[in-house]
Amino acid sequence: MSGEQFSWSVFFNMGGYAFYVWTAYGLTFVVLVLNIVLPLMQRRQTINRVRRAIRREAMKSSSTQEPIES
Amino acid sequence: MWAWIHRFASPPYFFAVSAKLVPWFAMSALIVGVYGIYLGLFVAPTDYQQGESYRIIFIHVPAAWMSLFVYMVMAVSAGIGMIWRIRLADMVAAASAPIGASFTFVALVTGSLWGKPMWGAYWVWDARLTSELILLFLYFGYMALQSAIEDQSTADKASGLLAIVGVVNIPIIHYSVEWWNTLHQGATVAKFDKPSIDIDMLIPLLLMAVAFKLFYAAVVLVRARNELLYRDRNRRWVREIISSL
Repeated sequence: MSGEQFSWSVFFNMGGYAFYVWTAYGLTFVVLVLNIVLPLMQRRQTINRVRRAIRREAMKSSSTQEPIES
Repeated sequence: MWAWIHRFASPPYFFAVSAKLVPWFAMSALIVGVYGIYLGLFVAPTDYQQGESYRIIFIHVPAAWMSLFVYMVMAVSAGIGMIWRIRLADMVAAASAPIGASFTFVALVTGSLWGKPMWGAYWVWDARLTSELILLFLYFGYMALQSAIEDQSTADKASGLLAIVGVVNIPIIHYSVEWWNTLHQGATVAKFDKPSIDIDMLIPLLLMAVAFKLFYAAVVLVRARNELLYRDRNRRWVREIISSL
């Protein structure tokens, strides 16, 4: 896009290929964002799962430590 | 060397080091990517044959390269996991699959959006397109085997075997434009003589390729860390880390 003065409307028009170019870029952007968000959510889930397991086991072990027979 | 590999592949060590690496990869991916997009959309000249539509190249080609590169990383890691029983290698393979699949998806969709105005069709059963679609299915197959098989080491073996067998598809994709009469254009960069592409187009293309690689490095580490936490969820070191978070 050299030569004449820069214009945003010319830029967004992409020589008539706006739909193809911007859909391609937009979709790629969405896929990249998902690639960041999904693993971070997965990390949260795994951590919560392990936390629950730790709590469960702590409860179990504390209950078994109590005298069963009186 | 071996000692180093074993040290790095020890789960707690990898977990600590990878945490420090991720932000560096992520930041450099962002910087290189933004600069590459800027050069690609604002500075690179208009193509004399394809007009402005060719600007899809700056994401399409790096994504297609990544689809092959990530596949090779996945297959080699799976092989290392099988032969040397390095668990971390299996985790890197498993972490790579969804990322590779998404790059393959991007390559196919952006290619289709480029094909419509240039060829008149979103999709043709051309050798390059078909072999790339098979690559997507190989990734899906790997992921399906990983999630379908309960026992982790059996899952790694079965999906790893699929990944390794699927490597035959990689040269087919690369050479498809030479072996068959395809609608897809031939290589313009990966050629032995000078690349037949303008330098002002080549630089943003290569920058985007670097940015995608850095992006992959960051995301594969995050995903491998998730795999590690999940697979070692019953081990003491994971319990200790999570309790201290």
